[in-house]
Amino acid sequence: MSVLSKLEETLICLKAGRVTLPYPAQAQPLPENFRGRPIFDAAKCIGCAGCANNCPAREILVFDPCQEMRILQYLGRRCTYCGRCADVCPEKAITMSLEFENATGQIADLGQKLELFMSTCQRCGRCFKGAGVIEDLKMKGYRADDIQSERWIYRSRAFLEGQPVVDDIPIELD
Amino acid sequence: MLKNLCQKMFGRSLWVYHANSGGCNGCDIEVLNVLTPYYDVERFGIKLVGSPRHADVMLCQGPAMRSTARALRRAYEAMPAPKLVFAIGSCACGGGVWFDTYSVLGPVEKVVPVNYYIPGCPPRPEAIIYGVAVALGLVDKKTAPVQFKQMEFPIPQYHPGDLRREQDMVVYEKLEKV
Repeated sequence: MSVLSKLEETLICLKAGRVTLPYPAQAQPLPENFRGRPIFDAAKCIGCAGCANNCPAREILVFDPCQEMRILQYLGRRCTYCGRCADVCPEKAITMSLEFENATGQIADLGQKLELFMSTCQRCGRCFKGAGVIEDLKMKGYRADDIQSERWIYRSRAFLEGQPVVDDIPIELD
Repeated sequence: MLKNLCQKMFGRSLWVYHANSGGCNGCDIEVLNVLTPYYDVERFGIKLVGSPRHADVMLCQGPAMRSTARALRRAYEAMPAPKLVFAIGSCACGGGVWFDTYSVLGPVEKVVPVNYYIPGCPPRPEAIIYGVAVALGLVDKKTAPVQFKQMEFPIPQYHPGDLRREQDMVVYEKLEKV
């Protein structure tokens, strides 16, 4: 009985043939709709920070050092390649590439940093039209994420200690 | 130096220990997929072992969590001396989507020193094999940091620290410079 079952197993194994994929020698074709790492095109980016507001992992940081400049930093370390940044980008500046071989010894290799020139409106001095109600709650004025320690921060006008502004929400992620 | 040491010490075969410290099981399945006949890494001498005391490499999946950080650290300390740690998946590399919840401490590098990072959610089995090949020095890494500058920085910076309070008003001290 046992010998017979072993023989049957051997037959099944022989029938299956060789299944090992020749990966290192020859790359396999990627499946359709595969999303690899996002690539940021600085020439197309207008710096609206829609990607930063939509990132579920909150790893696209925005920092405005002054009125004319916006730093957009993509960390890449906890990116799940969900593609929401590419979906929401109005200028199609973010493309989900087919790169998946991203293994590295330094985590900083995965980052991308754009320092964008923001030309301002001559009349009002701001870059864009006023924010809606939800944007008003989330962020007021400049956005100042903590680029040094790579953190996303809701910063509002309540910067003075113990002096919260009216209608301000007490969100502090730290 | 690390590369030379790796080639010398780990040239023949790697025995890997598979440590999940609270991931969603996606990366575990990809790692096990690497070990199945389809990707058959035993061709390269990579073998899964059950105890960290037999292992050369620890494959970490999942973020460092409050409940499992100590166990992960103990498993790392139980490994014999020339040891490598791979962080597989975006949870292990950077904490994952839930990096700021109460139970997650962050990436596994907060608990154990990580040598190689394989991002992805989950990474493809090919990406894991590629990461091992990068660690062994067989191939070069393909990623490099990208930085793009449209203008230089002599522009005076806005900083909230320069704001001060003056008679029910908030005044920015360096206003004329900005």
